[in-house]
Amino acid sequence: MANADCIVIQGSNMAECHPVGFQWVEEAKSRGARVIHVDPRFTRTSAIADKHIPIRAGSDVVLLGALINYVLANDLWFKEYVVAYTNAATLVNEDFRDTEELGGLFSGYDPETGHYDPSTWAYAESNGDLPATVHEHGASASARAAGDEHGSGGPSLAHAHVLRDETLQDPRTVFQILKRHYARYTPEMVRDVCGISAGDFAYLARAITENSGRERTTCFAYAVGWTQHTLGAQFIRTAAILQLLLGNVGRPGSGIMALRGHASIQGSTDIPTLFNLLPGYLPMPSAGKHDTFAEYVAAVGTKKQKGFWANSDTYIVSLLKAWWGDTAQADNDWAYDYLPRLTGAHGTYQTVTEMLAGKVEGYFLLGQNPAVGSANGRQQRLGMSHLKWLVVRDLSLIESATWWKDGPEIASGELRTEDIATEVFFLPAASYAEKAGTFTQTQRMLQWRHKALDPPGECQSDLDFFYRLGQRIRAKLAGSTDERDRPLLDMTWDYSAGSRGDADPEAVLAEINGYQRTGPAAGKPLSSYTELRADGSTTAGCWIYTGVYADGVNHAADRVPHGGPLRSQSQWGWAWPANRRILYNRASADPDGKPWSERKKWVWWDEDKDRWVGDDVPDFVADRAPGSRPDPDLGGPAALAGDDPFIMQSDGKGWLFAPKGMVDGPLPTHYEPQESPVTNALYPQQQSPARITFPRTDNLSAPSAGAPGADIYPYVFTTYRLTEHHTAGGMSRWLPYLAELQPEMFCEVSPALAAERGLEPYGWATIISPRAAIEARVLVTDRLTPLVIGGRTVHQIGLPYHWGVGTQAVVSGDAANDLLGVTLDPNVQIQESKAGSCDIRPGRRPRGEQLLRLIADYQTRSGATIATDNVRVTDPAHEIVDPPHEHGKEDGS
Amino acid sequence: MPQFAGPTDPAADARWPDIKPRKGFFTDTSICIGCKACEVACKEWNHNPRDGDLELLESSYDNTGALGASTWRHVAFIEQGRERIEQARESGRTLVDLGMPSVGAPAPDAAAPPSAQSAIPDTPEFRWLISSDVCKHCTHAGCLDVCPTGALFRTEFGTVVVQADVCNGCGTCVAGCPFGVVERRTDGTAAPKAKRGERKGEQPDVPNLGVAQKCTLCYDRLIDDEAPACAKTCPTTSIKFGDREHMVALAKDRVAELHAQGRTEARLYGANELDGVGGTGSVFLLLDEPEVYGLPPDPRVSTADLPRMYKRAGIAAAGMAAAAILAFVGGRR
Repeated sequence: MANADCIVIQGSNMAECHPVGFQWVEEAKSRGARVIHVDPRFTRTSAIADKHIPIRAGSDVVLLGALINYVLANDLWFKEYVVAYTNAATLVNEDFRDTEELGGLFSGYDPETGHYDPSTWAYAESNGDLPATVHEHGASASARAAGDEHGSGGPSLAHAHVLRDETLQDPRTVFQILKRHYARYTPEMVRDVCGISAGDFAYLARAITENSGRERTTCFAYAVGWTQHTLGAQFIRTAAILQLLLGNVGRPGSGIMALRGHASIQGSTDIPTLFNLLPGYLPMPSAGKHDTFAEYVAAVGTKKQKGFWANSDTYIVSLLKAWWGDTAQADNDWAYDYLPRLTGAHGTYQTVTEMLAGKVEGYFLLGQNPAVGSANGRQQRLGMSHLKWLVVRDLSLIESATWWKDGPEIASGELRTEDIATEVFFLPAASYAEKAGTFTQTQRMLQWRHKALDPPGECQSDLDFFYRLGQRIRAKLAGSTDERDRPLLDMTWDYSAGSRGDADPEAVLAEINGYQRTGPAAGKPLSSYTELRADGSTTAGCWIYTGVYADGVNHAADRVPHGGPLRSQSQWGWAWPANRRILYNRASADPDGKPWSERKKWVWWDEDKDRWVGDDVPDFVADRAPGSRPDPDLGGPAALAGDDPFIMQSDGKGWLFAPKGMVDGPLPTHYEPQESPVTNALYPQQQSPARITFPRTDNLSAPSAGAPGADIYPYVFTTYRLTEHHTAGGMSRWLPYLAELQPEMFCEVSPALAAERGLEPYGWATIISPRAAIEARVLVTDRLTPLVIGGRTVHQIGLPYHWGVGTQAVVSGDAANDLLGVTLDPNVQIQESKAGSCDIRPGRRPRGEQLLRLIADYQTRSGATIATDNVRVTDPAHEIVDPPHEHGKEDGS
Repeated sequence: MPQFAGPTDPAADARWPDIKPRKGFFTDTSICIGCKACEVACKEWNHNPRDGDLELLESSYDNTGALGASTWRHVAFIEQGRERIEQARESGRTLVDLGMPSVGAPAPDAAAPPSAQSAIPDTPEFRWLISSDVCKHCTHAGCLDVCPTGALFRTEFGTVVVQADVCNGCGTCVAGCPFGVVERRTDGTAAPKAKRGERKGEQPDVPNLGVAQKCTLCYDRLIDDEAPACAKTCPTTSIKFGDREHMVALAKDRVAELHAQGRTEARLYGANELDGVGGTGSVFLLLDEPEVYGLPPDPRVSTADLPRMYKRAGIAAAGMAAAAILAFVGGRR
């Protein structure tokens, strides 16, 4: 980011939530970069930015779409880059129908499942006997949150033959489709939907386009302000399209910085704590879809597609060898059947509804405080009250460990301690200073953290806990002849070191890296994922991390001051893959392999050496000349042409249009949040038609604009974090030094809203949603601006979500997340927590049963039922399917 | 001969045999993000207790209020509208036009092509000033000058430190500080009560009850050649630490750079050796008048007037004596 000439921070409060990373924004600024903050609130990020542009929560696709339109309409796109490196020239299936024609829906919508059959979004195919690309129906892809698999590359195609029109004139080219799709995203639309003036829009559009091109680059940064929406993945896709059009991918100071929420949240998707992924973004197999090893490998990546995902079999076999060692052999498909199979969505919110239905017996909470941190907290707490047992491993007695005696439902009388049968175990955890390991940060960099001291008393690291739990379970199962115990008994499980028998974190890192199993170099740690083989001769616990332990050296612990001599600072920590600091950096050179400009040079083709060279590890086949045109039939890396910089995409190009991989549309399209006081001004379709809803009486939605009762919850609220606290407070509200800095739950409102509702500065207010009512002190501030949306004023209320109801913390208070409903993005199953509807009124909330009455009274007056906002297609004229859905037809999977 | 006012080297005045280069902070509020890491790092390192009553202070995001016995770094938050910003821009311009500090063109980025940005920024509608305050470590320190026990002393780094085991808690220094930095640690702040009458969370034992407390510029760390905790932890280098001379030079460069960008609201605080405290060890770049941040606009150490007071007292005494002599002389007539 320090190399950027313009930085747009949108959907993120970077200075407050990523203060350490923000030094690079300050660095860029000191070098002359312009910093623009687009956010509903004026925050500490805005305080440092050159300009703050207030926006209505949830309307970002309109703003970004209008920027795309501005770039296309004014011919400001980076022509050489776009034609050579993106799929702008690729032709799309002639059956594809855009939202323009279908009232806000794309072709293939299936009202029965509420999901798309995406086969019409595919690339056009030439006649011939090429294998057909498999298009999984949205209902199935969504249930396994298949979007998560694209954390390290694009979806698979059956082959790399595409039809292209390099003139971009064919109406079926991606470029022309893009132009038509975004034509209605105008500055006037931005004014009427986002509440951003024409002047501010022009400022932003000029700043971005003037700071893009050969000589300059613009960088975007986002966080959960973009992701936590019913179309969160599409927010990011919109920015990706804009950045590709401007040539801002793969170059210094470019790209889209995904600011991750905690230390090593990136690490916990790389080596996932998610229900649907295996390490390195390999999917968790699904029952009925990936029953055999061959089916599974074919679904992950095909041998005929371009790029490095074609080698997915080597990643999979090496993973299975790492886990099951000698047991994993060719004749048992490398123990593939030891892997569990998914039978549906098992995300946190589905799990909670299963708890409420009495279908979940036990629950482990590790570094998680869902009683405070998850949407619809009441649902979470009531869900836990149905468990037989609950294990909480944390630093302190967090609210998720004490809800059964001092939670809000005890106070309201909904739960009585003596009636709760859940057995709760609290196990003390070691803090970050008391254990060693790696953190993987936002830029995919692993940094080793040394242990400073032993954990006190019985506190244990998670690694030690699971290592010993595994040992105990295996001891209990020893001698078992039951088939189902084989995966546990055959698992490699030897990480011990030290006199106490503790697990050695470096031994785990070595297993993740992988090593050579056979031949003269047997036992040698591998140095790159390209060394992995599908014949069982190699192991790798996470293929993208291979190389972090090359030559037996822990490169995560590399700490050369300033990262060494290169601009990429490559000797500080280790970045996956292959210690590459900028992904897709082949795009930092022009199609001939020359830097786009001296100022922005990074990696280029050296004619004399016949290799790619530069300041970074080239993200390309090292000796593939810029002009190479290999036969696409070769498949894999061998098929990559010299101008295919996107080596993890199955056609080597950056995808402006996604022919596969998104379940809610190939192009980002604006829909309103699940509940919104505003009507969708762009299409008759109000909400994202493919969103995942939970129509339940404990998860009611506020009536949206136009529906009766919409005026009962007239205000937009958005939740966020403060620098002084950490998420649900487990690591900050127990610390006096942090607790004193932000001691009380508050809400932020504009002076206009305070006057409208009679709110006193620093007095109390009660905020009511269809799920809960909470109280907060009132900060009346000009940092919140009422926005004029479609001619009417829309007020936004800001709510930090750090506090929770309990008696153990130094400071406690009502939890903002209790107000949220649960509605999910269908690609990745993330909840919509950044935009909701509420009312606010002065004074503290009622206590006890009175509180439940207040919530019920609002629900009754609004007329909210489980049908409210849960109608999928909101425009009756478009309740049709085009092309017509053929019953009984296979969904293509 | 020690001086009571004007430019001087305070460590030399204190007759240290081996004077170290004078140390100080340069706090650049224009790049502060208000994370308060300085407040926390300071308390951690110095084992200072938590302050306050765990209630909102009704002052934007500031909940520690001011510098005091236990809060030795304090971050202020000030919300301002357009009119005030324009006034600040004008008053800063006037200050610099008066010739202090000198304005020079910043070093241009040679590699950069002509910038697309305009030189003079628009006046924003709103801004949020954020500033981390700290003990000034004055050249002429009022607290030190009035301390009757010698508990306050000048270090070899030119900083001012309280020796808690010497201090008798008389409180004279509290009145002697023109900035209101020094405070006695009382029971009231030493054992704050949590809500519902409980004191929760692990706290270090409250040390140094009843005696004067303030920033030591991490004297213990300086001796080990380490930067003070606040500067070490600052993620944006808003708090810079080093030789005071270098800090002042950096500050002057920075204010010149901001003025060249049209941000004429920038001005320095504490960099002028001719002010009422002989300049401060802690130098600040502010974006508005000092009063806006709760800083005195023209701080003056009370002892600066001592020579004049002694002189006047001397004249008065001489006059009295002369009158007495005259009376005697006259009486003989």
